[in-house]
Amino acid sequence: MRYMMLIYSKERPDGTRESSERNYDAHLALMQEAARNGIFVGAEPLASTSSATTVRVDDGKALVTDGPFAETKEQLAGYYILDCRDLDEAIEWAARIPTACKGGEGCVEIRPMPGIPARPEPEHAAGSARNG
Amino acid sequence: MVDARTAAEQLFRNESGRILAALIRISGSFDRAEEALQEAFAIALAAWQEKGVPDNSAAWIMTTAHRRLIDSVRRDNTRRDKQDALQYETELAASLTGAGIDETAMHFPDDRLRLIFTCCHPALNQEAQVALTLRTLGGLSTPEIAKAFLLPEPTLAQRIVRAKRKIQEARIPYEIPPPDRLRERLASVQAVIYLVFNEGYAAMSGDQLVRRDLCAEAIRLGRVLCELMPDQAENLGLLALMLLQDSRRDARVRNGELVTMEEQDRSLWDHAAIAEGLASLDQAIRLRAPGPYQLQAAIAALHAQARTPEETDWTQIAALYGRLLELNPSRVVALNHAVAVAMSAGLESGLKQIDDLKRSGELENYYLFHAARAEILRRLNQRAGAAEAYQRALTLATNRVERDYLERRLRQVADT
Repeated sequence: MRYMMLIYSKERPDGTRESSERNYDAHLALMQEAARNGIFVGAEPLASTSSATTVRVDDGKALVTDGPFAETKEQLAGYYILDCRDLDEAIEWAARIPTACKGGEGCVEIRPMPGIPARPEPEHAAGSARNG
Repeated sequence: MVDARTAAEQLFRNESGRILAALIRISGSFDRAEEALQEAFAIALAAWQEKGVPDNSAAWIMTTAHRRLIDSVRRDNTRRDKQDALQYETELAASLTGAGIDETAMHFPDDRLRLIFTCCHPALNQEAQVALTLRTLGGLSTPEIAKAFLLPEPTLAQRIVRAKRKIQEARIPYEIPPPDRLRERLASVQAVIYLVFNEGYAAMSGDQLVRRDLCAEAIRLGRVLCELMPDQAENLGLLALMLLQDSRRDARVRNGELVTMEEQDRSLWDHAAIAEGLASLDQAIRLRAPGPYQLQAAIAALHAQARTPEETDWTQIAALYGRLLELNPSRVVALNHAVAVAMSAGLESGLKQIDDLKRSGELENYYLFHAARAEILRRLNQRAGAAEAYQRALTLATNRVERDYLERRLRQVADT
């Protein structure tokens, strides 16, 4: 099962150069180890929420607003996708992901990626087409 | 001859956890396993009413449920040939469709253990852990669990459905945790069992009988845990603690009124339960791996062994609470420690400890804190202070039986 590990951390601009370097090295080491284990699918950081834009389609019109979808203390800062045997293995890896990307300590949310499901059964599809 | 329905019901109560655990391992699916088990019991009921109950009724159910399971997996495999969405289920079920079905597959001794660890996985919230454990290992029906926890049935049903879905979707493993994580994971299993026990023990509102059932069920699960992992001292400690506490059940309430341990009729204590509790505790201590359940059981044992309240070894109890405080530095344990000090080293020093705790402010909304403080003040004959503390406790206590008790005490200190 592939698991997406969403890194949430506090955005603090006051992270020192030294701590960013430490973070960089820690992420690199973890990605390399996951790759050596053959479970690495992907990982990338996200730019800070000050660059985020939210799009919401309402009545056919795209409403665009500045900022992230939710104003919370901890923001989505990056992700890993790892192919793990089960949740316990995923938890083990998630616990090792550095969450202090921008200086503060954060957490990691684990979400299974079950894949795009097969198309609905023909009779269901026909039913929804009639109704729609 | 045994009535077929009674036999089936008894068997379900005692054996369904074991059978279900095996079926889940084989199928990799809680739902499929439950369905097969229910079908097997329906088939059994019909067959036994006609031909009588077989000697090996548990094996009969296992075999029948196993066959139902194979049929359902085969049916689904044909239907879902093109889909791989249920890969998890089918991967685990692969053993079925391969070579011939081995009946010994039903007798893995570790199946119930896997089931316990899966139901109490920390990725499930504790409410879900409790519901799922009672439903699968306890063999309790959803309405029974809902009634015991005073919850609407749909709420509980939804809790169980969600938990089962998460197990499947997030792939919570069906296995015994590796040694490096065993202690921590076992602690969450023990916590679920003790929570079930306390739910039955603490509450005196609602249906008495059902509540008592919860205590009995927790003790049964505690026994299962000891049977499956006999070398874990805390399992034995937990069982001992529950047995020793439960031994006082008949003496705790008289005419609907709460009776404190000091005032209890000790001849009403269940001496068989005390003996079994003490034996479990001895066995635990011999394993030389102390822990909070064993310490609490040791405290309960000292109470259980005192023939009169005056005989209670409060010095030893205070020492045990002191050790418990080192392991579990909570305010509630500190409060119990202070009470034991009051009873052994003197009321004044106990009161001093309690007042130190009061300054932290953390126990301000805990009714037992004010009740304990009031009790010490009463014994010190400081009536005004005692009355004030009983009143404060009364504003916080919600249980009717406990409120009645506090009101009686308040009248005593106000009258004289």
